Amino acid sequence: MLDTLIERIRAAHESNTPLIIQGGGSKTFYGNADEGEVLSTRALAGIVDYQPKELVLTARAGTPLAEIEGLLAEQNQMLAFEPPHFGGPATLGGCIAAGLSGPRRPYAGAARDFVLGVRMVDGTGQPLRFGGQVIKNVAGYDVSRLMVGALGTLGLITEVSLKVLPKPAAESTLQFELDEATAILKMNQWAGQPLPLSATSWHAGLLTLRLSGAASAVQVAQAKLGGEALKDAAAFWQRLRDQATPFFDKRPIWRLAVKPTTPPLNLGDAQWIEWGGAVRWLASNRPAANLREAAKSAGGHATLFRGAAPADGVFAPLAPALLGVHRNLKQRFDPRGIFNRGRLYSDF
Amino acid sequence: MLSPAFLSKLRRLLPAHCVLNEREDLLPFESDGLAVYRNTPDVVALPENEAQVAAILKLCHAEKVAVVARGAGTGLSAGAIPVDGAVLLVLAKLNRIKAIDPLTRTAVIEPGVRNLAISEAVAGHNLYYAPDPSSQIACSIGGNVAENSGGVHCLKYGLTVHNIMKLRAWTIDGQLLEIGNESLDAPGYDLLALLTGSEGMLAVITEVTVKLLPRPERAQVVLAAFDDVAKAGAAVGNIIAAGVIPAGLEMMDRLAIQAAEAFVHAGYPLDCEALLLCEVDGVNEEVSADIYTVRKVLEASGAIEIRTAESEAQRLKFWAGRKAAFPAVGRLAPDYYCMDGTIPRGALPHVLKRISEMSAEYGLAVANVFHAGDGNLHPLILFDANQPGELAKAEAFGGKILELCVEVGGTITGEHGVGLEKINQMCAQFATPELSRFHDVKAAFDPDKLLNPGKAVPELHRCAEWGAMHVHGGQLTHPELPRF
Ligand SMILES: Cc1cc2nc3c(=O)[nH]c(=O)nc-3n(C[C@H](O)[C@H](O)[C@H](O)COP(=O)(O)OP(=O)(O)OC[C@H]3O[C@@H](n4cnc5c(N)ncnc54)[C@H](O)[C@@H]3O)c2cc1C
Repeated sequence: MLDTLIERIRAAHESNTPLIIQGGGSKTFYGNADEGEVLSTRALAGIVDYQPKELVLTARAGTPLAEIEGLLAEQNQMLAFEPPHFGGPATLGGCIAAGLSGPRRPYAGAARDFVLGVRMVDGTGQPLRFGGQVIKNVAGYDVSRLMVGALGTLGLITEVSLKVLPKPAAESTLQFELDEATAILKMNQWAGQPLPLSATSWHAGLLTLRLSGAASAVQVAQAKLGGEALKDAAAFWQRLRDQATPFFDKRPIWRLAVKPTTPPLNLGDAQWIEWGGAVRWLASNRPAANLREAAKSAGGHATLFRGAAPADGVFAPLAPALLGVHRNLKQRFDPRGIFNRGRLYSDF
Repeated sequence: MLSPAFLSKLRRLLPAHCVLNEREDLLPFESDGLAVYRNTPDVVALPENEAQVAAILKLCHAEKVAVVARGAGTGLSAGAIPVDGAVLLVLAKLNRIKAIDPLTRTAVIEPGVRNLAISEAVAGHNLYYAPDPSSQIACSIGGNVAENSGGVHCLKYGLTVHNIMKLRAWTIDGQLLEIGNESLDAPGYDLLALLTGSEGMLAVITEVTVKLLPRPERAQVVLAAFDDVAKAGAAVGNIIAAGVIPAGLEMMDRLAIQAAEAFVHAGYPLDCEALLLCEVDGVNEEVSADIYTVRKVLEASGAIEIRTAESEAQRLKFWAGRKAAFPAVGRLAPDYYCMDGTIPRGALPHVLKRISEMSAEYGLAVANVFHAGDGNLHPLILFDANQPGELAKAEAFGGKILELCVEVGGTITGEHGVGLEKINQMCAQFATPELSRFHDVKAAFDPDKLLNPGKAVPELHRCAEWGAMHVHGGQLTHPELPRF
């Protein structure tokens, strides 16, 4: 299977044919439009190795996330970055290439934080292997993490090794009626205290917060924080993770990643706050320039997450010096620009 | 040698006291923490601000003069060792903490700030900076980023790469790269990860924004003794399988235990083959629950003695022995050579057995100190550099240990970096296509190879030569490379 893919990539490199790498297709909406023939990773599936005691799992790129999570759950372990599935048959490769993480991200780490190694094929058809299956490894540059969030533009990911974590023994979700400014303040104050926080959300006057850990620790924190316990909390967090609530049906949906303590943006749009205040989802028709400026002055960046791409593209434009480095890297890993042309930035 | 014309241009960029090239001034910069590698720098530049750093880089780029960045010089792989004809750019004077934001839990700091100084500066807010290399009283945050340093607590809290948010870094042609930002991610490629651990090869770091964590409410440590190293190794996996992620999980073998006990009187049991220190931290109730689990697992795993620290003083004492393990072992012989391989934990018994066999073959004793939680092994090879040939023997033995780590699916360096020291073993770990890609990454930032030349990634011809000497199982490594 791998050999067939390598053959196709070599041929595409020879003939300068653009390819669109696709796993489960759950994130085709994400990024700029790309062009080319579809190169599916679905057949490249299967868990290669899983050692619960080593906290390491290795699987091929086309393996469905659901299969991986199922196997981990049998051993009471999990992918701590809580990757979104977006209601589709998301695969491991797509998950890592998109680099998106779910509600647990501010408290447990992002997809990139759990990647230990990758196998990949570059734009000339050369198979490569970086990192490995051990938690600490500083031999050579960290090319594995470079692949996370690169949206396939540096190569086809064929296999990934991840650090996994034990599932918390207990979880509990609390809700508080709070205005936006107070909610942002509280989320940050609590994150600065030794509390077992594992997710936060604010929407329409309601702060929702998840605690995870030993049963006794969760209980004590709950007593300390107060609030109303939420029934069916797992479904709440899963819907948020997968954006399966009516809010996310609006178009366009912007993602403003900001310094978490940024006060309310007061743009007057419908909003959902996540990640302790560090992500502000906006259903907004404002010009891209306004939103980009708002995010930038709040220490972050704006992405058009769902909806029609603005003229300057989906992702915040890069400063010239950074763009130069991006171009150089792209040129080295995929000299003819055959992978996911234009998906990340229009000029490569 | 640098030309007088270049030196006078360099002097024009900096105050007089910031350029050193008198022999006696240069001596302290001859080596980093791996003192067996030495080279006198041609000139040392000690800029006092970012603008001076940028100006020096621009000058060196224009004149095609190489630059070696240096922080506190505690590195253990000769990463900061001077290169002939290069400027040694010491960042130690950029040592201000520029901002602390307790609510956002971040601090903005210059690269020369010592690791421990960060936690000290934010202690009043009940926050700390998690990565805690044993060298933390001395090493700089710039060096930590360049090496992706870890510490005793990285199984739970991660390495440097997991605890930084933003960098200001300068390419050799004097361009500023602002990498990352104040939110939790950035658009484009993850250059933050790429620069972390890049050993001064890609850019010079002049500012780091670090993430701060709330101090845990409570920390508690359990000590367990074993009559068999393999049992101790298995216990480590069993603790993790029981769902506990300890804040620290350290192991020492017999020689290391005895040396540490003799040195700091930590109260370690002496009649055992291996000692585990397992620290759990967090909220009070969580710590109690975890300690209970850990003790049960240790018992079931065959520990011959288990002690929970009864007071904070005793907890610190248990740790004092581990933290002093290097100097303690240092008292057993005139010199020691510290290795840094990482292995899948399951391979521990096999690796320790092979190390002890090789120890007999080479006639050099080894003490093993192990960040057991993350599989990071620090064998300390004892030798006497004054005995002709012993250093070479220790290096050969060390090289074999690293190759063994690669063989069992691990890596030649977990946290100390490649530098100059492990450049040959890179040929054992990586094949030509990967090494070529590393050179490509380098070229994307520094096409003229002016930053820290000759370190971290071996030239391909070097691997060809090395490969010729290391025919493995009848198979030549790097067979595709020309040999000369
Ligand atoms: C006793 C002892 C114990 C140690 N324990 C640990 C440990 O537990 N964990 C661990 O990870 N390490 C440990 N180390 C190794 C060492 O302390 C770390 O690698 C540390 O991060 C090096 O920091 P430094 O400031 O001394 O860097 P230096 O030694 O000065 O430099 C190291 C590398 O970083 C580059 N560099 C330095 N500053 C910059 C900059 N501003 N921009 C770009 N590149 C730069 C240099 O070129 C060089 O390649 C230990 C060392 C000693 C001596």
